[in-house]
Amino acid sequence: MSLLEVSELEARHGLLEAVRGVSLTLAEGETVALVGANGAGKTTLLRAIAGAHRPSGGRIGFDGEDITRLRAHQCVRRGISLVPEGRRLFGNLTVEENLLVAAQRRRQGHWTLERVLEAFPMLERLRRQRAATLSGGEQQATAIGRALISNPRLLLLDEVSLGLAPLAVDAVYASLATVIAHGATILLVEQDLTRALGLAERVICMLEGRFVLEGRREELTREQITDAYFGLGRAVEAAAP
Amino acid sequence: MTWVNDIVQGITLGGFYGLLACGLALMFGLMRIINLAHGDIAVLGAYLVFLLLEHWNTSPFVAILPVLPVMLLLGYVMQRTMLERSLRSGLLVPLLTTFGLSIVIQNLLEQGFSPDVRSLGGQAGSIATASWQITSRLSISAIGALTLGVAIVIFGSLQQFLSRTQAGRQMRATAQDPDTAELVGIDSRAVYARATALAVAIAAIAGLFLAIRSSFFPYAGPDNLIFAFEAVVIGGLGASLWGALLGGIVLGVAQTIGGQINPEYSILAGHLVFLLVLASPRGGLLTLRGSSRARGVAA
Repeated sequence: MSLLEVSELEARHGLLEAVRGVSLTLAEGETVALVGANGAGKTTLLRAIAGAHRPSGGRIGFDGEDITRLRAHQCVRRGISLVPEGRRLFGNLTVEENLLVAAQRRRQGHWTLERVLEAFPMLERLRRQRAATLSGGEQQATAIGRALISNPRLLLLDEVSLGLAPLAVDAVYASLATVIAHGATILLVEQDLTRALGLAERVICMLEGRFVLEGRREELTREQITDAYFGLGRAVEAAAP
Repeated sequence: MTWVNDIVQGITLGGFYGLLACGLALMFGLMRIINLAHGDIAVLGAYLVFLLLEHWNTSPFVAILPVLPVMLLLGYVMQRTMLERSLRSGLLVPLLTTFGLSIVIQNLLEQGFSPDVRSLGGQAGSIATASWQITSRLSISAIGALTLGVAIVIFGSLQQFLSRTQAGRQMRATAQDPDTAELVGIDSRAVYARATALAVAIAAIAGLFLAIRSSFFPYAGPDNLIFAFEAVVIGGLGASLWGALLGGIVLGVAQTIGGQINPEYSILAGHLVFLLVLASPRGGLLTLRGSSRARGVAA
């Protein structure tokens, strides 16, 4: 049974239609990568699913329930967590407080404060430090930990490698493998195609608010994805319904 | 020695201004709402105590206790029904809303209690007039010491609440970034309503001290709001909670020293310090101006 069902979703920023009628189904335990150029509507789609951006049309179903009109904190209680672009930690709070503040509404499950600190060993010694003083990689680990601690059934990751040193990206992706091993369903926005293909079973390419290419990782070639990414004709035609 | 006395009197007066500024700073730090009805809410608190004392022969310090839950509820409802809606339309609308609320409260108080000037000093008993004579030129009034003591206890408790409890952490997180707070499961509107409830209840305590120290009447709110507002600005615009108490003390000391030079200069001296701080490059004693990170009830 599918965990997430998005149908004909539309979302706008004022007059700009950022997401133009996309439909998407995620099965429990699946890992899907969403790729596309800047401004393709990936972040808006993720924020709409997480309840942080009110859609202007369409429907979002989660575990059989209509969550289209729910606010973000209500989506968290149902098991959707978004790791926002740019990490967005609470800089004045310590690492531990950042995690605890998200643990308030935690659902029953594997992840607790202690287990998050085990999964991200670098955070253990930083517990009492203000989040604003951390390095990019440490901040990203905290941000993912903060999302995990609510025990989400669906984890939405927005550009987790952006602005990080390659070694930090390695560490972040290694920890994501642990998360996947615990059975999480993941929708991931990633600019780095190699990383995205390394983790995801399915790839969706977005262009100007629409899905232009969708397929299992092994069915798609890098050329196809690159063409769709830049909106070159042949891939678009091939993918058009 | 008169200078020492002035400074001591100024500090105790500052305790009162700090108490008055506390709720204002809390709401501004968390939501960027400047509550123009804050002074009137303090006066409303004084009138509720006054009303209770008409039917109940007790001390105002006892009569405030049942008033506090009423004020908490009032603050909660005020946020949920009015301010929450105004906040959605930007930062200017809450200013207009609270301005309107201020006028409504003043007129309702005049309707209900007549425009007479009242005081609860008499009912407070000896504490309103007692003082300790330290030397021939230095004395500390009991009510002044009590005001400052209560202010310190309230600021201290609020500080502990913000840094040690889950609800307090949620408030700090929401103050910094309400959008992300929602994403980690915090109902920001509920947090706002809780904070306004606290702010309104603390304003009522300030109103109690206003009523005992001096006098109040239905239109006394705005005069007190100015001092509270100045204390918040001098203290760094809600960047730090303690700043509001510190700002109140600076304002109180400026006023008593100004008054010592010439009684007419008392209020003026306070305003001048306020303008000086506003014009200074840092703009506030405990502020990190221009940084969005400075926003909020910081730890």
